[in-house]
Amino acid sequence: MTIHNLYLFDRDGQLLYYTDWNRKKQSGMTRDEEAKLMYGMIFSIKSFVAKVSPVDLKEGYLTYTTNKYRLNLYETPSRLKFILNTDIHAQGIKELLQQIYTQVYVEYVVYNPLCNLKKPIESELFAAKLDEVVKQSAAYASRPA
Amino acid sequence: MSRQSMRSNDPKKVSGELFTLTYGSLVAQLLKDYENVDDVNRQLERMGYNIGMRLIEDFLARANPGRCYDLRDTADKIQQAFKLYLGVSPSIGSWSPGGDEFSVVLETNPLAEFVELPDHCLGLRYSNILAGVIRGACEMVQLEVMAWFIADQLKGDNVTEIRVKFVKRLEDAIPAGED
Repeated sequence: MTIHNLYLFDRDGQLLYYTDWNRKKQSGMTRDEEAKLMYGMIFSIKSFVAKVSPVDLKEGYLTYTTNKYRLNLYETPSRLKFILNTDIHAQGIKELLQQIYTQVYVEYVVYNPLCNLKKPIESELFAAKLDEVVKQSAAYASRPA
Repeated sequence: MSRQSMRSNDPKKVSGELFTLTYGSLVAQLLKDYENVDDVNRQLERMGYNIGMRLIEDFLARANPGRCYDLRDTADKIQQAFKLYLGVSPSIGSWSPGGDEFSVVLETNPLAEFVELPDHCLGLRYSNILAGVIRGACEMVQLEVMAWFIADQLKGDNVTEIRVKFVKRLEDAIPAGED
Protein backbone atom coordinates (compact mmCIF):
# COMPACT_ATOMS: atom_id res chain seq x y z
CA MET A 1 0.00 0.00 0.00
CA THR A 2 1.14 3.47 -0.73
CA ILE A 3 0.42 7.08 -0.11
CA HIS A 4 1.42 9.18 -3.06
CA ASN A 5 1.01 12.89 -2.37
CA LEU A 6 -0.90 15.52 -0.45
CA TYR A 7 -2.37 18.89 -1.37
CA LEU A 8 -3.80 21.33 1.16
CA PHE A 9 -5.98 24.15 -0.13
CA ASP A 10 -7.43 27.02 1.85
CA ARG A 11 -10.95 28.38 1.45
CA ASP A 12 -9.87 30.72 -1.32
CA GLY A 13 -8.42 27.94 -3.42
CA GLN A 14 -4.85 28.79 -2.64
CA LEU A 15 -2.39 25.94 -2.31
CA LEU A 16 -1.15 26.06 1.27
CA TYR A 17 1.01 23.00 1.20
CA TYR A 18 2.14 20.26 -1.12
CA THR A 19 4.29 17.27 -0.50
CA ASP A 20 4.79 13.85 -2.01
CA TRP A 21 6.13 10.51 -0.87
CA ASN A 22 5.89 8.02 -3.69
CA ARG A 23 5.12 9.92 -6.81
CA LYS A 24 6.40 8.15 -9.85
CA LYS A 25 4.98 10.40 -12.53
CA GLN A 26 5.08 14.17 -12.68
CA SER A 27 2.39 16.18 -14.36
CA GLY A 28 4.85 18.07 -16.55
CA MET A 29 3.72 21.52 -15.48
CA THR A 30 4.66 23.91 -12.75
CA ARG A 31 3.33 23.33 -9.27
CA ASP A 32 1.22 26.47 -9.54
CA GLU A 33 -0.48 25.31 -12.69
CA GLU A 34 -0.99 21.85 -11.30
CA ALA A 35 -2.54 23.27 -8.13
CA LYS A 36 -4.91 25.44 -10.13
CA LEU A 37 -5.95 22.48 -12.20
CA MET A 38 -6.46 20.35 -9.10
CA TYR A 39 -8.51 22.97 -7.31
CA GLY A 40 -10.59 23.60 -10.41
CA MET A 41 -11.36 19.92 -10.75
CA ILE A 42 -12.25 19.54 -7.06
CA PHE A 43 -14.50 22.56 -7.32
CA SER A 44 -16.25 21.12 -10.36
CA ILE A 45 -16.57 17.64 -8.90
CA LYS A 46 -18.06 19.07 -5.74
CA SER A 47 -20.72 21.05 -7.52
CA PHE A 48 -21.38 18.16 -9.91
CA VAL A 49 -21.77 15.70 -7.05
CA ALA A 50 -24.03 18.07 -5.13
CA LYS A 51 -26.26 18.57 -8.19
CA VAL A 52 -26.67 14.98 -9.35
CA SER A 53 -26.85 13.44 -5.88
CA PRO A 54 -30.12 11.56 -5.40
CA VAL A 55 -29.88 11.86 -1.60
CA ASP A 56 -29.00 14.62 0.82
CA LEU A 57 -25.27 15.01 1.20
CA LYS A 58 -23.94 15.66 4.65
CA GLU A 59 -20.37 14.56 4.81
CA GLY A 60 -17.33 16.50 3.77
CA TYR A 61 -15.55 13.48 2.35
CA LEU A 62 -15.26 12.42 -1.22
CA THR A 63 -13.15 9.97 -3.20
CA TYR A 64 -12.77 8.83 -6.74
CA THR A 65 -10.87 5.82 -7.92
CA THR A 66 -9.14 5.06 -11.17
CA ASN A 67 -7.56 1.70 -11.87
CA LYS A 68 -4.22 2.98 -10.56
CA TYR A 69 -4.86 5.37 -7.71
CA ARG A 70 -7.52 6.83 -5.45
CA LEU A 71 -8.01 10.50 -4.71
CA ASN A 72 -9.35 11.27 -1.23
CA LEU A 73 -10.77 14.67 -0.43
CA TYR A 74 -11.54 15.68 3.13
CA GLU A 75 -13.08 19.08 3.64
CA THR A 76 -13.46 20.66 7.07
CA PRO A 77 -16.47 22.83 7.89
CA SER A 78 -14.09 25.78 7.58
CA ARG A 79 -13.55 24.76 3.96
CA LEU A 80 -9.97 23.65 4.21
CA LYS A 81 -9.42 20.94 1.65
CA PHE A 82 -7.04 18.06 2.26
CA ILE A 83 -6.41 15.96 -0.83
CA LEU A 84 -4.46 12.75 -0.51
CA ASN A 85 -3.69 10.39 -3.36
CA THR A 86 -3.24 6.78 -2.36
CA ASP A 87 -3.27 3.42 -4.06
CA ILE A 88 -6.69 1.87 -4.52
CA HIS A 89 -6.45 -0.55 -1.61
CA ALA A 90 -5.53 1.94 1.12
CA GLN A 91 -7.74 1.76 4.21
CA GLY A 92 -8.59 4.29 6.87
CA ILE A 93 -7.66 7.34 4.81
CA LYS A 94 -10.53 9.44 6.08
CA GLU A 95 -9.34 8.94 9.65
CA LEU A 96 -5.79 9.72 8.59
CA LEU A 97 -6.90 12.99 6.99
CA GLN A 98 -8.85 13.94 10.09
CA GLN A 99 -5.79 13.19 12.15
CA ILE A 100 -3.66 15.37 9.89
CA TYR A 101 -6.15 18.19 10.40
CA THR A 102 -6.55 17.93 14.17
CA GLN A 103 -3.09 16.85 15.18
CA VAL A 104 -0.87 18.48 12.61
CA TYR A 105 -2.58 21.47 11.02
CA VAL A 106 -4.34 22.77 14.12
CA GLU A 107 -1.44 22.06 16.46
CA TYR A 108 1.39 23.37 14.36
CA VAL A 109 -0.19 26.02 12.16
CA VAL A 110 -3.25 27.39 13.95
CA TYR A 111 -1.57 27.42 17.36
CA ASN A 112 1.52 29.04 15.91
CA PRO A 113 0.93 32.79 15.76
CA LEU A 114 3.86 33.20 13.38
CA CYS A 115 2.09 31.13 10.74
CA ASN A 116 -0.10 33.34 8.63
CA LEU A 117 -3.21 31.30 7.91
CA LYS A 118 -3.56 32.84 4.48
CA LYS A 119 -0.04 32.14 3.24
CA PRO A 120 1.53 28.87 2.12
CA ILE A 121 2.85 26.96 5.12
CA GLU A 122 6.59 27.25 5.61
CA SER A 123 6.87 25.80 9.11
CA GLU A 124 9.41 23.00 9.24
CA LEU A 125 7.83 21.63 12.36
CA PHE A 126 4.59 21.22 10.45
CA ALA A 127 6.38 19.41 7.64
CA ALA A 128 8.18 17.10 10.06
CA LYS A 129 5.04 16.21 12.00
CA LEU A 130 3.05 15.64 8.84
CA ASP A 131 5.71 13.28 7.57
CA GLU A 132 5.72 11.46 10.89
CA VAL A 133 1.96 11.02 11.02
CA VAL A 134 1.73 9.81 7.44
CA LYS A 135 4.61 7.39 7.80
CA GLN A 136 3.08 5.92 10.94
CA SER A 137 -0.25 5.25 9.27
CA ALA A 138 -1.15 1.75 8.26
CA ALA A 139 -1.72 2.85 4.69
CA TYR A 140 1.88 3.95 4.30
CA ALA A 141 4.41 1.39 3.22
CA SER A 142 6.84 2.57 0.65
CA ARG A 143 7.55 0.32 -2.25
CA PRO A 144 9.86 2.23 -4.55
CA ALA A 145 9.70 1.02 -8.11
CA MET B 1 3.48 12.53 21.26
CA SER B 2 3.03 14.07 24.68
CA ARG B 3 1.07 16.97 23.27
CA GLN B 4 -1.38 14.64 21.63
CA SER B 5 -2.04 12.52 24.67
CA MET B 6 -2.79 15.63 26.70
CA ARG B 7 -5.37 16.85 24.29
CA SER B 8 -7.14 13.56 23.75
CA ASN B 9 -8.58 13.49 27.28
CA ASP B 10 -9.35 16.94 28.45
CA PRO B 11 -8.15 20.15 26.94
CA LYS B 12 -5.60 21.77 29.16
CA LYS B 13 -7.36 23.63 31.93
CA VAL B 14 -5.96 26.83 33.30
CA SER B 15 -7.01 29.05 36.13
CA GLY B 16 -9.89 31.27 35.12
CA GLU B 17 -8.57 34.04 37.32
CA LEU B 18 -5.32 34.22 35.43
CA PHE B 19 -7.28 34.55 32.20
CA THR B 20 -9.58 37.21 33.64
CA LEU B 21 -6.69 39.25 34.98
CA THR B 22 -4.69 38.96 31.77
CA TYR B 23 -7.68 40.21 29.83
CA GLY B 24 -8.04 43.01 32.34
CA SER B 25 -4.48 44.16 31.75
CA LEU B 26 -5.07 44.05 28.01
CA VAL B 27 -8.07 46.35 28.33
CA ALA B 28 -6.21 48.63 30.73
CA GLN B 29 -3.32 48.91 28.29
CA LEU B 30 -5.65 49.69 25.39
CA LEU B 31 -7.28 52.42 27.45
CA LYS B 32 -3.83 53.93 27.91
CA ASP B 33 -2.91 53.61 24.25
CA TYR B 34 -6.07 55.10 22.82
CA GLU B 35 -7.63 58.33 23.85
CA ASN B 36 -11.26 57.53 23.42
CA VAL B 37 -13.24 54.47 24.36
CA ASP B 38 -14.74 54.01 20.90
CA ASP B 39 -11.29 53.22 19.55
CA VAL B 40 -10.78 50.74 22.37
CA ASN B 41 -14.08 49.06 21.56
CA ARG B 42 -13.03 48.81 17.93
CA GLN B 43 -9.62 47.39 18.77
CA LEU B 44 -11.13 44.77 21.08
CA GLU B 45 -13.52 43.72 18.37
CA ARG B 46 -10.68 43.43 15.87
CA MET B 47 -8.54 41.38 18.23
CA GLY B 48 -11.51 39.14 18.89
CA TYR B 49 -12.01 38.68 15.17
CA ASN B 50 -8.41 37.53 14.76
CA ILE B 51 -8.78 35.14 17.67
CA GLY B 52 -12.05 33.78 16.31
CA MET B 53 -10.44 32.98 12.95
CA ARG B 54 -8.02 30.64 14.67
CA LEU B 55 -10.25 29.47 17.46
CA ILE B 56 -12.76 28.02 15.01
CA GLU B 57 -10.20 25.51 13.75
CA ASP B 58 -9.45 24.44 17.30
CA PHE B 59 -13.16 24.12 18.01
CA LEU B 60 -13.76 22.03 14.89
CA ALA B 61 -10.84 19.77 15.68
CA ARG B 62 -11.72 19.38 19.35
CA ALA B 63 -15.48 19.15 19.39
CA ASN B 64 -16.01 17.88 15.84
CA PRO B 65 -19.40 19.60 15.73
CA GLY B 66 -20.20 19.00 12.06
CA ARG B 67 -21.78 21.53 9.77
CA CYS B 68 -24.65 23.82 10.62
CA TYR B 69 -27.82 23.54 8.60
CA ASP B 70 -29.65 26.45 10.13
CA LEU B 71 -29.07 29.27 12.55
CA ARG B 72 -30.48 27.30 15.48
CA ASP B 73 -27.72 24.76 14.94
CA THR B 74 -25.24 27.60 14.97
CA ALA B 75 -26.66 28.99 18.19
CA ASP B 76 -26.36 25.58 19.87
CA LYS B 77 -22.76 25.31 18.80
CA ILE B 78 -21.94 28.79 20.04
CA GLN B 79 -23.40 27.72 23.37
CA GLN B 80 -21.23 24.61 23.31
CA ALA B 81 -18.15 26.70 22.51
CA PHE B 82 -18.78 29.07 25.43
CA LYS B 83 -18.87 26.02 27.68
CA LEU B 84 -15.65 24.68 26.23
CA TYR B 85 -13.63 27.88 26.27
CA LEU B 86 -15.08 29.95 29.09
CA GLY B 87 -16.63 27.29 31.29
CA VAL B 88 -20.01 28.99 31.36
CA SER B 89 -23.32 27.90 29.85
CA PRO B 90 -25.07 30.86 28.29
CA SER B 91 -28.74 30.56 27.44
CA ILE B 92 -29.93 31.20 23.92
CA GLY B 93 -33.10 33.15 23.48
CA SER B 94 -35.01 36.14 22.17
CA TRP B 95 -35.27 34.82 18.63
CA SER B 96 -36.45 37.37 16.14
CA PRO B 97 -39.68 36.45 14.31
CA GLY B 98 -37.73 35.81 11.11
CA GLY B 99 -35.36 33.45 12.93
CA ASP B 100 -32.30 35.36 11.80
CA GLU B 101 -31.36 36.94 15.10
CA PHE B 102 -30.84 35.62 18.62
CA SER B 103 -29.29 36.51 21.95
CA VAL B 104 -26.58 34.80 23.92
CA VAL B 105 -27.32 35.51 27.56
CA LEU B 106 -24.61 35.14 30.19
CA GLU B 107 -25.59 35.01 33.85
CA THR B 108 -21.98 35.57 34.78
CA ASN B 109 -19.33 36.96 32.53
CA PRO B 110 -15.96 35.37 33.24
CA LEU B 111 -14.12 38.22 31.52
CA ALA B 112 -15.59 40.85 33.78
CA GLU B 113 -15.02 39.33 37.19
CA PHE B 114 -13.24 41.72 39.57
CA VAL B 115 -14.12 44.64 37.29
CA GLU B 116 -15.81 47.94 37.99
CA LEU B 117 -16.02 50.54 35.30
CA PRO B 118 -14.73 53.95 36.34
CA ASP B 119 -17.00 56.87 35.53
CA HIS B 120 -15.03 58.17 32.58
CA CYS B 121 -15.38 54.96 30.58
CA LEU B 122 -19.09 54.37 30.59
CA GLY B 123 -18.96 54.06 26.81
CA LEU B 124 -16.52 51.17 27.04
CA ARG B 125 -17.85 47.79 26.00
CA TYR B 126 -15.52 45.92 28.28
CA SER B 127 -16.04 42.40 26.90
CA ASN B 128 -16.31 43.49 23.28
CA ILE B 129 -13.68 40.94 22.34
CA LEU B 130 -16.38 38.26 22.57
CA ALA B 131 -18.41 39.91 19.84
CA GLY B 132 -15.34 39.84 17.61
CA VAL B 133 -14.62 36.20 18.36
CA ILE B 134 -18.16 35.21 17.38
CA ARG B 135 -17.98 37.17 14.15
CA GLY B 136 -14.54 35.84 13.20
CA ALA B 137 -15.37 32.24 13.96
CA CYS B 138 -18.66 32.31 12.06
CA GLU B 139 -17.05 33.92 9.06
CA MET B 140 -14.66 31.00 8.73
CA VAL B 141 -17.59 28.60 8.42
CA GLN B 142 -19.28 30.60 5.68
CA LEU B 143 -21.59 32.61 7.89
CA GLU B 144 -21.45 36.35 7.92
CA VAL B 145 -22.94 37.59 11.19
CA MET B 146 -22.99 40.74 13.24
CA ALA B 147 -22.54 40.50 16.98
CA TRP B 148 -22.87 43.23 19.55
CA PHE B 149 -23.62 43.77 23.23
CA ILE B 150 -27.08 44.92 24.24
CA ALA B 151 -26.83 44.40 27.99
CA ASP B 152 -23.85 44.35 30.29
CA GLN B 153 -23.70 43.59 33.98
CA LEU B 154 -20.94 46.15 34.32
CA LYS B 155 -23.48 48.78 33.40
CA GLY B 156 -26.08 47.69 35.90
CA ASP B 157 -28.03 45.22 33.75
CA ASN B 158 -29.11 41.92 35.28
CA VAL B 159 -27.36 39.78 32.70
CA THR B 160 -24.82 40.16 29.94
CA GLU B 161 -26.47 39.77 26.56
CA ILE B 162 -24.84 39.50 23.13
CA ARG B 163 -27.08 39.86 20.10
CA VAL B 164 -26.13 37.87 17.00
CA LYS B 165 -27.65 38.68 13.63
CA PHE B 166 -27.27 36.56 10.51
CA VAL B 167 -26.26 38.62 7.49
CA LYS B 168 -25.59 36.20 4.68
CA ARG B 169 -24.06 32.92 3.65
CA LEU B 170 -20.67 33.16 2.05
CA GLU B 171 -20.05 30.97 -0.98
CA ASP B 172 -17.02 28.91 -1.90
CA ALA B 173 -14.39 30.81 -3.81
CA ILE B 174 -14.49 29.96 -7.48
CA PRO B 175 -11.24 28.82 -9.04
CA ALA B 176 -8.96 31.46 -10.46
CA GLY B 177 -9.22 31.77 -14.22
CA GLU B 178 -6.37 31.12 -16.61
CA ASP B 179 -4.00 34.02 -16.75
